[in-house]
Amino acid sequence: MSTVPWLTILLIVPTVGSLVVGLLPRARAELAKRLALTVAVAELVLAVLMAVSFHDSRPGFQFSQHYNWIKAFGISYSVGVDGIALALILLSVVLVPVVVLSSWHEADEADRNVPVFFALILSLETFMIGTFAATDVFLFYVFFEAMLIPVYFLIGSYGPTGEQAQRSYTAVKFLIYNLVGGLVMLAAVIGLYVVSAQNLRHGTFDFAQLRQLNITPGVQKLLFAGFFLAFAIKAPLWPFHTWLPDAGAQSPTGGAVLLVGVLDKVGTFGLIRYCIPLFPKATTWFAPLVLAMAVVGIFYGALLAIGQRDMKRLVAYTSLAHFGFIALGTFALTSQAGTGAVLYMINHGLSTGLLFIVVGFMVSRRESRDISAYGGMAKVTPVLAGVFLIAGLSSLSLPGLNSFPSEFLVLVGTFTRYRALAIVATAGIVLAAIYILYLYQRTMTGPLAEGIRAGVGDLSVREKVVVAPVVALIIALGIYPKPMIDMIRPAVTSTFADIGHSDPAPTSPAAAPQGVHK
Amino acid sequence: MSSVHALAGVGAEGATSVVGATGAFNATWLLLALPLAGAAVLLLGGRRTDRTGHLIGTLAAAASFVFGLVLFFTLHGRSSSGREVSSNLFTWLPVNGLKVNVGLLFDPLSSVFVLLITGVGTLIHIYSIGYMAHDPGRRRFFAYMNLFLASMLLLVLANDFLVTFVGWEMVGLSSYLLIKFWEYKPAAATAANKAFYVNRVGDVGFLIAIMLMFATVGTTSFTGVFNAVAQHAIGYGTLTAIALTLLLGAASKSGQFPLQTWLPDAMEGPTPISALIHAATMVTAGVYLIARSNPIFTGSQAARTVVLIVAAITILLGCVIGCAYDDIKKVLAYSTVSQIGYMFLAVGLGPAGYALGILHLLAHGFFKAGLFLGAGSVIHGMDDEQDARRFGGLWRFMPVTWVTFGLGYLAIIGFPGLSGFFTKDKIIEAAFDKGGTSGWILGCVALLGAGLTAFYMSRIFLLTFHGERRWSDSGPDAKHPHESPTVMTAPMIVLAFGSVFAGGLLVLGGSLQHWLTPSIGRSAEVGAHTINPAVLTVLTLVVAAGGFAGAYLRYQLRPVAAVAPADSEVSPVTVAARHDLFLNAFNEAVLMRPGQYLTRFLVWSEAVGIDGVVRGIAAGVGGLSGRMRRAQTGFVRTYALSMLTGSVLLVGALLLVKAS
Repeated sequence: MSTVPWLTILLIVPTVGSLVVGLLPRARAELAKRLALTVAVAELVLAVLMAVSFHDSRPGFQFSQHYNWIKAFGISYSVGVDGIALALILLSVVLVPVVVLSSWHEADEADRNVPVFFALILSLETFMIGTFAATDVFLFYVFFEAMLIPVYFLIGSYGPTGEQAQRSYTAVKFLIYNLVGGLVMLAAVIGLYVVSAQNLRHGTFDFAQLRQLNITPGVQKLLFAGFFLAFAIKAPLWPFHTWLPDAGAQSPTGGAVLLVGVLDKVGTFGLIRYCIPLFPKATTWFAPLVLAMAVVGIFYGALLAIGQRDMKRLVAYTSLAHFGFIALGTFALTSQAGTGAVLYMINHGLSTGLLFIVVGFMVSRRESRDISAYGGMAKVTPVLAGVFLIAGLSSLSLPGLNSFPSEFLVLVGTFTRYRALAIVATAGIVLAAIYILYLYQRTMTGPLAEGIRAGVGDLSVREKVVVAPVVALIIALGIYPKPMIDMIRPAVTSTFADIGHSDPAPTSPAAAPQGVHK
Repeated sequence: MSSVHALAGVGAEGATSVVGATGAFNATWLLLALPLAGAAVLLLGGRRTDRTGHLIGTLAAAASFVFGLVLFFTLHGRSSSGREVSSNLFTWLPVNGLKVNVGLLFDPLSSVFVLLITGVGTLIHIYSIGYMAHDPGRRRFFAYMNLFLASMLLLVLANDFLVTFVGWEMVGLSSYLLIKFWEYKPAAATAANKAFYVNRVGDVGFLIAIMLMFATVGTTSFTGVFNAVAQHAIGYGTLTAIALTLLLGAASKSGQFPLQTWLPDAMEGPTPISALIHAATMVTAGVYLIARSNPIFTGSQAARTVVLIVAAITILLGCVIGCAYDDIKKVLAYSTVSQIGYMFLAVGLGPAGYALGILHLLAHGFFKAGLFLGAGSVIHGMDDEQDARRFGGLWRFMPVTWVTFGLGYLAIIGFPGLSGFFTKDKIIEAAFDKGGTSGWILGCVALLGAGLTAFYMSRIFLLTFHGERRWSDSGPDAKHPHESPTVMTAPMIVLAFGSVFAGGLLVLGGSLQHWLTPSIGRSAEVGAHTINPAVLTVLTLVVAAGGFAGAYLRYQLRPVAAVAPADSEVSPVTVAARHDLFLNAFNEAVLMRPGQYLTRFLVWSEAVGIDGVVRGIAAGVGGLSGRMRRAQTGFVRTYALSMLTGSVLLVGALLLVKAS
């Protein structure tokens, strides 16, 4: 058993980094950037070191730590990760340095405070890792709500220049939406505590103990609904999504990457970590509703993406469709679909993250998010166009790239239990091709649009360094996803097995052919 | 690296056995790796490889071809029971009951595809050195062609349906990239997108087939699925469903009715691409898929009937439209649609026809690639003109192109002794031999198609190379037709040899059918012939001669206008054919327009509906702005409508869950 308090280290490093960077004087912008990048890279290295010592096959949480915090209420500082949480932490620590480097000049306008911008990003990293690592429901709730603060400021203070009114509207809308969800969840968290107090004679927020509770079906449904609403807003799932396109469009690029790439995953993560294992009976009862919402979301998000005129809003709507796939995979309650759903969370973070970054590159060259302002870019910026296409192909789940294994696992895992639903969801892949390739066609092909200078530069060295690792991961995880699958699968399998859902067997398996050996 | 699957007693097809890879077969992966490495070097090397890119790309293709030959002859040297060699590369998707491995199967069926893909592929790489000599994007062009070769090889070598699907999608990507190679032309970008969209419809079918396989028998590997079929573990209904969904995929990739609309548009790509991807190899992947899945199709009479119906419609559709176009590439494209229809007809006949489909596929690979390269040579010599009405009398100026194109032309119309004569005749014969009314219908369709093929191919041949010159070598639109350089004509000559001899060599003595037996089973014994084969051959020749005579009378003996007559001056059939039998318009009216309206409605209802409700609540609760509230209440009906829409969607989806 490892004695290194990995998770605590991972929480402390960006926290300290954030404080130091944030306290730098405004004039030391360059130092702030370099320091933030150093911290983010160090965090990545640490997380990778931790992941190396993670044992795929060992069930339950690893790197666990437990300290009493508010003993009177059974609140503790408890952290630990299973394969699902570890995968999401890895996603976070990969994206943060990418975001820092891609946002190098994001806050350079005269009236903006550069050190605070990067401090906000680092603090966000702490809170993201905290939500994934917490094994105490109250601690989780604290991190969950704390995330809102840096995002609120990132949108409100660092969104697109010249759209002041729209920005503050969006920031407030984001905050209110998520606060409403958070309050409902708080009620459910307290309810859970009350139940635990009745059940165990001492109230607790410890996840492992809460899992053992025997809650009556009626109460389960109420508590499930509370958690679910918060997660469905956070993810977001249709029809709780209307804050997302605004937030996606009004965030600075780096903010959008973290918001849609990682933060939203806290919602989908919450579904599989909290809703399903804590409330198994309610899960079975609510599953049809969630599945229905998921499939509607797949088509609704895709159709709205096709109809958008603003590139960032378009990418935000594609995410709505992808979250539909994730929710579908989670609530089909088979190990293939569940593993696919978690893998989808990782892959969506990479592909949508890259899409937002490339769109950001485009906006920095043309100063517009309007699709109609672009055209023929491939001719003047071939590398930019190529990276855009790779991100897009990943988003439409082209086999060979990362998203396909996850999408296939979701679909096939759903198919074994809900055939008609899976068939309808599969039809969604046609729309995915349309929203991506139609966007590519309008921005990259055809004659060069007016207003794009013929001399507009292709990707700079810094920009290439930003996208290279993400592109490499997109290709590598498409060809060889096994390490990630091996990390995720045991946790997903035991989550479903613990609540009594096993995979449907093949309807008519052939007798094993003789002489097969592997 | 390798695993052994020995299948004991795979019933009806006789004992087939898949053996583990040994010796050279351990390196089967090199076939794909060579062109893949070529693509990677050219794409990552950037401008540094601009000067050598075409050579690196061609070398990668040629190396893969040489290695393919080595493997082919090694396989040939084995006894027929050891000719299915499987090598396992790595585990791809292991999730409990689902286990998908990436592995390669080098067997008689995949071996002939390997040779076709890398052989014709290498020739077309060489040709492209000349054809793309002055294109600033030549390096990228060769990179994409290498990527295509690697993808296509994965498609035909994979030993698992899901991995086949990966190759299937990767060739789709390569096709997309190459159709829009000149993406500054809006038409090229639109055509590329259309190709991708239509193929995605087919992908849905293919994916559902794969999911059905897993849900039914718990595996997606060839051996696993075929083993289950042999044990009759899959019910007839499920088997038919798998076959039909596979057919949807096959039809989209191979440009078969009703998913053929993308293929003629794909001619926007550079002509070597039309030859390689949209004639010789990728578009025949549907035929490969059906032949590879032969146990499934053999097991479902119903599915094969659908294949036959699709094939018959496509043969005629391709021929009829091919008669109306003046664009030389479009005519060849519809000709491809129609010829693949013949291949579908063959494989739709089941055990009697699988080998015939592959046979025609290989012969077609030679003569159609040759025809396209010839067309490219003409287009090259005529300053990018593609309208055959503006050609005429070119035989004098480009003799090599004339002869090689001419041999391909004679091969496709079934001139005695040339490839098409052997391979198409066999399919017509097999169609009649199916027996019953359906046999007569299919036979007559195939026969009629042969006549129409002779007509439209003679028409385009005569318009291009013979008759009056309908171009001028002076004035603003002056043309100076000239023969293409050797680097282009040499591949054309090689393909012309193939057009002449391939059919005969493959057919005589049943050599190909015999070779393919381990993969697709023994060809069904020929029973009584519906029509005596000799009589049928003569009949086919007479019909084809009629087609030729029609074209000769109309386009050689009578003057041809350099501008096509207006729609009002031609028959309604011609008008319909010129407009692709209005199938594009149908798709637009039935699919695209309603989709656009739905999208617009949803965007509008989202803005004022769902989000409006949220804002309304916020405004109402906060009592912030009377003005805003008034504005919002004006939308009450809209809220109601959007809530209603949402509820309907949700209820519909819930019903789906229940139905599952």
